[in-house]
Amino acid sequence: MSKRHIVVCMKVTPKPEEILVDPATMLIQREQARSEINPPDMNAIELALQLKDQSDARLSIISMGPPFFEPYLRVGLAMGADALYLLSDRTFAGADTLATTYVLAKAVDRLGDVDVVICGEESSDGATGQVPPGLAEWLGWPLVSLAIKAELNRSGTQIIVTRDSHGRAEVKSSLPAVLSVKSAANQPRFMDFDLKEEAFEQVPLIVWGPDDLDTEPDQVGLKGSPTVVTGLREAEVRERRRQRLEGPIDDVVHQLIEILDPYLRTP
Amino acid sequence: MLNPTAGYSASEEKQEIWVYLEPGEDALSSVSLELLGKARLLADTAGYEVKGLLVGYGLLELAEDAISCGADAVLLVEDQRLTQFNVEAFTAVVTQAVLEGRPSIFLVGATHDGRDLAGRLAVRMQTGLNADCTDLALDPDRGILVSEVTGFGGGIIALLECPKQRPQMSTVRPGVFPLPIHDPKRKGEISQLKIDLPDTCFQTSVLKKEEYDLVDLTQADVLICGGRGVEGNFDSLFALAQDLSAEVGATRPPVDDGFIARERQVGQTGVVCRPKIAICLGISGAFHFIVGIEKADIVIAVNSDREAPIFDYADYGIVADVAEFVPALNRALLERKEHSRV
Ligand SMILES: Cc1cc2nc3c(=O)[nH]c(=O)nc-3n(C[C@H](O)[C@H](O)[C@H](O)COP(=O)(O)OP(=O)(O)OC[C@H]3O[C@@H](n4cnc5c(N)ncnc54)[C@H](O)[C@@H]3O)c2cc1C
Ligand SMILES: Nc1ncnc2c1ncn2[C@@H]1O[C@H](COP(=O)(O)O)[C@@H](O)[C@H]1O
Repeated sequence: MSKRHIVVCMKVTPKPEEILVDPATMLIQREQARSEINPPDMNAIELALQLKDQSDARLSIISMGPPFFEPYLRVGLAMGADALYLLSDRTFAGADTLATTYVLAKAVDRLGDVDVVICGEESSDGATGQVPPGLAEWLGWPLVSLAIKAELNRSGTQIIVTRDSHGRAEVKSSLPAVLSVKSAANQPRFMDFDLKEEAFEQVPLIVWGPDDLDTEPDQVGLKGSPTVVTGLREAEVRERRRQRLEGPIDDVVHQLIEILDPYLRTP
Repeated sequence: MLNPTAGYSASEEKQEIWVYLEPGEDALSSVSLELLGKARLLADTAGYEVKGLLVGYGLLELAEDAISCGADAVLLVEDQRLTQFNVEAFTAVVTQAVLEGRPSIFLVGATHDGRDLAGRLAVRMQTGLNADCTDLALDPDRGILVSEVTGFGGGIIALLECPKQRPQMSTVRPGVFPLPIHDPKRKGEISQLKIDLPDTCFQTSVLKKEEYDLVDLTQADVLICGGRGVEGNFDSLFALAQDLSAEVGATRPPVDDGFIARERQVGQTGVVCRPKIAICLGISGAFHFIVGIEKADIVIAVNSDREAPIFDYADYGIVADVAEFVPALNRALLERKEHSRV
């Protein structure tokens, strides 16, 4: 049996509290915010590492994004991944789900021998779990979403996934396949200190652009995105009474019960 | 890789809004009904038709419900192999139906299955997908669906359009739109669609399944929400909920930390609730959360930080430590109960 090849899709996201929007271009100003690995992708790489532990697989990280992603993604190498691919080009910027999944799929296609692609459940900067099904569709592979555990069968032709969607289910899928991992499904391992130096200093970062991926110029980035932002405004929030209940806690609680009383079912 | 040729253009569309109808336990899921209600309103302003697409097995009764809730017609695809949701097979079915019917707009509830289906379908159709919309409008002159999403750090609303490709796809979370009024006198046509579904569409199979009780926060009258300030002590909130006949929800951090099930996350990427009372405990008041309780009649906030933004979004604010407040409220409720016995 040849070595299995697992790919993890990771991205780097700005910390939610620190995001600003450029009112002229209506684009997120990522540079203003500190970044982190998209937290759900830590669960994705952990699940991938578990598969690697079981089956002696090769593990590659792919990410579409700007060069500043590199040091964050190297954490994935220090956790135990073997290779790192950054899909990066000016023309890739401003991609919606369709254009993002196109580039990711092109990279998986170029790698050629991939058995499983593993994504996080969703990215924390606004997108909403549409990349895993979209990527599966481009590749023409089955999708198993919300995975919490997975195991390759002995011959490596199938994967058995435990997923959690309003209950546990055990699902068998043919390979190759795309998985998304339920957020917080596992406890991501720490960096391996023996790997750290190599991960940060020796493993090369492979950058793939349009020529390497053979992407069509009108299918990437803003150009390849069928959705357009046509307006941006501040959200209106409903006016509330904003009354404070003050006093010792037992008084406050009684005031509260009086307010609640008409709404509470009689005991 | 997929050959991207599947969709159609605006000039080939029919002036129809389709709603993907997802079966719930023994009725249509609430989000499907909510979408039908919204689609009806949009269609009436623009002279469009509303059609429901229902895929599964043994669902005729649910199709009738969809008519009562606003659909002009329901397209029904039934096959015993579709008893359980399977994203590859359902995408194959929906693709054929959509390519035949060419609706201008295709709406899907942002449930687990709905997200998977919409994500695959949009790529197969090479069209745009606006996920987790908080409002929808139809511009009748241009035939353009305008989808509203909140985000980009919160407090900002973006309007999104998909000008060229069809169908225009959006997903909406449960609870965003109100349930429509059920009118059993409404008439509409239910037609069975014959779809070609080879066995090779089924690339995954369910070996074992164990369902949890479904949590539906959107229907709760009293909602107790805990944030990071609860410090993982959700047991005390569940106890309180029992006394108040309430449901328990949470902000994202305790969900991410594994203290409470993701199904209970309230907010932009959780559920949008419309309770009579929302009690927010140890929550700072990020906009992503606030959208989840905006439709509450009364909001009560408890936070130890006098300056916490949540107080600006509350009708009644209490500066207190949650760890003291919850037992005090519990005691007072108990007294009230004993009082009413005598
Ligand atoms: C794209 C995106 C989508 C998101 N979707 C959601 C969503 O759907 N739902 C959601 O909730 N969040 C969502 N978030 C996260 C959101 O931005 C906030 O980070 C989150 O709501 C904060 O949760 P919190 O108020 O519990 O925690 P914090 O902001 O950490 O606030 C904790 C509060 O508890 C108070 N506190 C601490 N200890 C005590 C105590 N002992 N007693 C009383 N008060 C105490 C503190 O004063 C503080 O105000 C999203 C973020 C992004 C970027
Ligand atoms: N630019 C990207 N590069 C690599 N992976 C991505 C990218 N965007 C999304 N993903 C993957 O898709 C998952 C879901 O993201 P989303 O659909 O954007 O919510 C993430 O957790 C990642 O695993």
